[in-house]
Amino acid sequence: MSKTLQPTTLSIALTGSGGAGVMTAGQILLDAAAHCGLYGLMTRSSGPQIRGGEAAAMIRLATQPVQTPGDRFDLLLALDFENVERFAAELPLDSGSLIVVDPAAGEVPAFLRASGAAVASVPMAKLAKTIAGGRVAMIALGILAKLTGLPESSIIAAIAASIGRKKPEAMEASANAVRLGASEAPDGGVARLALPAEPRSHPRWSITGNEATGLGALRGGIKFVGGYPITPATEILEWMAGALPQCGGVLMQAEDELASINMIVGASYGGLPSLTATAGPGLSLMIETLGLAVASEIPLVVIDVMRSGPSTGIATKSEQSDLNIAVYGLHGDAPHVVTAPLSIADCLLTAQWSVHLAETLQTPVIMLSDQSLGQTRAVIDRPEDVEFAGKRLVLEGDPTNYQRYAQTESGVSPMAIPGTAGGQYTADGLTHTPRGAPSSQARDHVEQMDKRQRKLDRFDFGAHWAEIDGDGDLAVLTWGSSSGPLREAVAAARAAGIQVRLIALRLISPTQPERLAAALQGVKRVLVIEQNHAGQFWRYLRAHYALPDDVVPIHCPGPLPIRPGEALAHIQQGALA
Amino acid sequence: MNMIPTEVRALKPADYKSAVKPVWCPGCGDHSVLVAFQRAMAELALPPEQVAVVSGIGCSSRIPSYTSCYGFHGVHGRALAVASGLKVARPDLTVVVASGDGDGFSIGGNHFLHACRRNLDLTYIVMDNRIYGMTKGQPSPTTESDWDTAIAPGGTGLSPFHPLVIALASGANFIARGFTGDVGGCAKLIVDAVRTPGFSFVQILSPCVTFRSDQQKAWKSLVREAIVPETDDPARAARRLMTDDGFNLGVLYRGKRLPYQPRPSDNLTPSHFESEFAI
Repeated sequence: MSKTLQPTTLSIALTGSGGAGVMTAGQILLDAAAHCGLYGLMTRSSGPQIRGGEAAAMIRLATQPVQTPGDRFDLLLALDFENVERFAAELPLDSGSLIVVDPAAGEVPAFLRASGAAVASVPMAKLAKTIAGGRVAMIALGILAKLTGLPESSIIAAIAASIGRKKPEAMEASANAVRLGASEAPDGGVARLALPAEPRSHPRWSITGNEATGLGALRGGIKFVGGYPITPATEILEWMAGALPQCGGVLMQAEDELASINMIVGASYGGLPSLTATAGPGLSLMIETLGLAVASEIPLVVIDVMRSGPSTGIATKSEQSDLNIAVYGLHGDAPHVVTAPLSIADCLLTAQWSVHLAETLQTPVIMLSDQSLGQTRAVIDRPEDVEFAGKRLVLEGDPTNYQRYAQTESGVSPMAIPGTAGGQYTADGLTHTPRGAPSSQARDHVEQMDKRQRKLDRFDFGAHWAEIDGDGDLAVLTWGSSSGPLREAVAAARAAGIQVRLIALRLISPTQPERLAAALQGVKRVLVIEQNHAGQFWRYLRAHYALPDDVVPIHCPGPLPIRPGEALAHIQQGALA
Repeated sequence: MNMIPTEVRALKPADYKSAVKPVWCPGCGDHSVLVAFQRAMAELALPPEQVAVVSGIGCSSRIPSYTSCYGFHGVHGRALAVASGLKVARPDLTVVVASGDGDGFSIGGNHFLHACRRNLDLTYIVMDNRIYGMTKGQPSPTTESDWDTAIAPGGTGLSPFHPLVIALASGANFIARGFTGDVGGCAKLIVDAVRTPGFSFVQILSPCVTFRSDQQKAWKSLVREAIVPETDDPARAARRLMTDDGFNLGVLYRGKRLPYQPRPSDNLTPSHFESEFAI
């Protein structure tokens, strides 16, 4: 790459021990960059401590929308070296990187020196002490402003928007610290992004995947949420706890996940579109009642923000390893829907779509988000509004001879909402007759199973089932959050002259064999890429889809993200062979 | 939704019965609970479509489909959670929860504590026969410690627990006990429980004729109307329930806690919240 060519993306990591304010500083940097017209995202990494401990804010700024962390960091600003080695694997640096350190923090750790990165010293803590109320994180922001070329004024405006309201008295000290940091910053060492001169043509948002999920659920018409706190899903519940009661809905904190799933079953039976959000351990507890919802045909949505498993695993790190339980976890034959958002922005659409599917098909929908989507904040173009017009088919009019579980062509039968005279029935996990009475007859069992399967088989899931892009005889097949790094890798591969198509599945279950066959027309080799140890998606595809003979499974568990460069290497290798 | 004025519908106990034939053994106490429930609903003059009966798993939990009300027969132990979601979603409905000593106190024990604490306006009827009947005779949390069963030969050696004390300590607003030998008395308690705001817990001693054939006759001679009148003082109720032998019938505690019922407003649409993300 020519030296004069301006980069389109810049990655910055801020590390420090608890209380130093690296997360706040990272957020302010992202906000300021967004106000200057840049896109970006920020992921948070922290140690296991409840409060304090080491923390890293990892920010990627870009002139175009970005959905995933980059391959390397251009800049590491370390306020201290407390436990910084814990982040070693998460902070790829190289000889083109710059490390800014405080000499008071002691010697630069060996793993950082070994990267070959240049090191610049700034006595940040000492500088902060020269200002009454000065904070080291604000000095750091000044240095970052200077190095990245973001105007100090935009940083100060972002600080004012973030903390100015709560602590107006701290504003002057902060602004002074930013100016001082900028004046003491090292001279260059980091390439600068071109700041757009034109005003933005499209409104932008700063949003996390968990917030986008909550907003999507609200747009879909969710009116009841039952939930139990769990990392990394809690923010969905917390966001909805604020918004939902103002939109005519209720959120209840349950005593456990068994209660939260059963509460939403009760609320949905009562007629309200209902949702819960959890992670793998919670989903495990909910599984029995998901079977009940299938059998009694209760619409509901479960958001699983996946984290590294099994068991407690790494609660704060991402992994796509709940596909098997989401698809196969229910006992008996229990057809239901499993979806997966394809980016942070797509959490909004997929959550809204999931509510639509649950209500239309009167069945549970599990949406597989994950920590990397849920807890990453991104600057995105405001997503387009989508209309999903479908709603629950309810009993209206003459209830004579009403049968809740009547056989219909679509498999969907009108649901009587309690209060409707003449519609009384018992929703039951027992095998039942069309009227809902318990039955152990073979005929009822088979007919009702056929009915529930037919709902999914006859429904047209439309174009939303997958995102398909490009052509060529090499295809990359993926799902959920892995789509982010793969989009970037595919773009880079195309720029290097490799023809490759990307197929990212938003609908995991039920399968869409004809649609995938059409999408794979002319493909000779398929790379199946996902973030788990066992190759769950690859095995799922092999079981249910006709694929070309040449399928290369590529799967790697969390907690490290799939990097775009890594994915590009797989594509290059796949294309060469 | 109900367009028929209630006053023109003279409701009789039979109007709350469905055509489904119960699976219960002849002579099972649960038949009497069903009759008591029907009488109570008629007394309350509640249109069947305004009542939801929610249950879990076990003999007692079969009751919803034997009524003409809306019913929900869910999974084992979770009836209170289903009912809580339903009541919050639909405060206009009368929600009655039916359970047994295994379903309600063992697998569903945690939900029992939190339903008492939450104090939603629910009526919780537990048909207590001190045995798992549907799985053919295993000890429950209320089974006597020396009751001999195949799974616990010679008895569990564990003291039975006292659900009424637990209900009081957890915040239930109404605590009563009935016996299926007195259907009229049970019906009266159910009426009272439904009318009393908040979480009302009614334990109904409901003998199992198949696996606890000792119960029916013995309980008949042991039960008595509680000799002291009901109290609204939790301290008095605590002393009384702690020393209770399990056979005092009637309303044993009636508190004054207001029920929990969230009342959301609907003055905003989802698009309102977009502004917090705009930059």
